[in-house]
Amino acid sequence: MIRLLTFVSLLLLGTVSAWAQTTDTTPAEDREALRKFFQSKFPDIPLDAYKDGAYIFDPKARAQFEEIEEFPPWEFDVEEGEELFNTPFKNGKTYADCFENGGIGIAQKYPLWDEKRQEVVTLPYAINLCREANGEQPLPYEKSDLLKVQAYMAYTSRGKRIEAPEPTGKALEAYKKGREYYYSKRGQLDMTCANCHLQHAASRLRYELPGPLLGQTTHWPVYRSKWEELGDIQRRYKECNKQVRAKDLPYQAEEYRNLQYYMHLMDVGLEFNGPSSRK
Amino acid sequence: MIKKALSTFLLILLASASFHSQAQEDMDIEKIRAMGKQVVADRKKGNCVACHVIEDMEAPGTFGPPLIAMSARYPDKAKLRAQIWDATRRNMLTSMPPFGKHMILTEEEIDWVTEYIYSL
Ligand code: HEC
Ligand code: HEC
Repeated sequence: MIRLLTFVSLLLLGTVSAWAQTTDTTPAEDREALRKFFQSKFPDIPLDAYKDGAYIFDPKARAQFEEIEEFPPWEFDVEEGEELFNTPFKNGKTYADCFENGGIGIAQKYPLWDEKRQEVVTLPYAINLCREANGEQPLPYEKSDLLKVQAYMAYTSRGKRIEAPEPTGKALEAYKKGREYYYSKRGQLDMTCANCHLQHAASRLRYELPGPLLGQTTHWPVYRSKWEELGDIQRRYKECNKQVRAKDLPYQAEEYRNLQYYMHLMDVGLEFNGPSSRK
Repeated sequence: MIKKALSTFLLILLASASFHSQAQEDMDIEKIRAMGKQVVADRKKGNCVACHVIEDMEAPGTFGPPLIAMSARYPDKAKLRAQIWDATRRNMLTSMPPFGKHMILTEEEIDWVTEYIYSL
């Protein structure tokens, strides 16, 4: 198994010579190194542009994307999501009662380390925890109203910046597990996430452009033309794992939540622009 | 089924090899290369074109270098085969799948692919 650190430091060798990463690097240091890596590889791309993912490498697809966003395919989902969000549960409470600031403008803080639960909580996971706390059934993580509620909550966070406190203790351990997952080779095809999203972020895999790790968490849920509906980031994790013929994990498995936490911490400071659309 | 037919074909080919004339051998190597080409193009097999530009093949990717002038760059066919069998031995960070080590292709298929790639 290749460790992140070998991976990133070898990739960076020669580009960021002063920087030598060890497993003890902090999230802030990792973030800095990652940004330097992309900056040295693509000096013309400003940090703020990364929220648009692979489109930064593909002007034609970008133009198409901008056209789509003029009449966004997720618009009705946001409207329905707002209604669902404001509809009281059987006990009379609403989603707003479960969240900081009544759930408005907080999506950019997820996933977060939940001190009480001692685990990473993503936004869809938090929505289901809220339902369960109020005696409601949890919703499926794919093809369900859950995504509409998430889309509405994301919409109220548009324009805010991804934020997270610097993790310590158990949270830091979760971060490290996510990081380890990201840089481990897996599947019959023996690839790491980093092979596609760092090393070959701007290369073609047949027609597809993997796109950079930096900025991959900023815009969920996403309406993908291929799905013809909204989906969450973990749906894409599953697809990427299938692509390398690796073991698929269930939605919100601890591994996926930790992975998402790692990716979120890399994006701190970038603009949140969910929901969004992708080809 | 195709696979089975192909390996039967290869067995016959091997069994009759000693009786072959030079002309026949040239033809046989052409057949092996054709089989290799099929494996290279097949998404469920080599899918090499997902990452490499290869002559006559559509929608190539750019993860790896174009596969051209291979016999000049790999005079030693065994080295070429080794690269396909396990690319991680030469470069630990490579994105190229280890086709032999992870049994993505059979040993026989790797032989065919090597012949085909060598001819590029
Ligand atoms: C074999 C190459 C490959 C590997 C390995 C891979 N991905 Fe991907 N990934 C892609 C491609 C290609 C896309 C873009 C698909 C598209 O445009 O439809 C993508 C898209 C994504 C997206 C969506 C990006 C967006 O902005 O919409 C995320 C998130 C993602 N990958 C995460 C991961 C993670 C995490 C791993 C490892 C567990 C991983 N990927 C492994 C090729 C890969
Ligand atoms: C997912 C991407 C990917 C796939 C699929 C892939 N390769 Fe590669 N290949 C690479 C990369 C990247 C390199 C560059 C060297 C390295 O990273 O070690 C490479 C290098 C090579 C080389 C050495 C080229 C040179 O100039 O030295 C050969 C030969 C090769 N690949 C053949 C194949 C064959 C044959 C297949 C299919 C059976 C294949 N590759 C499938 C990514 C891939």
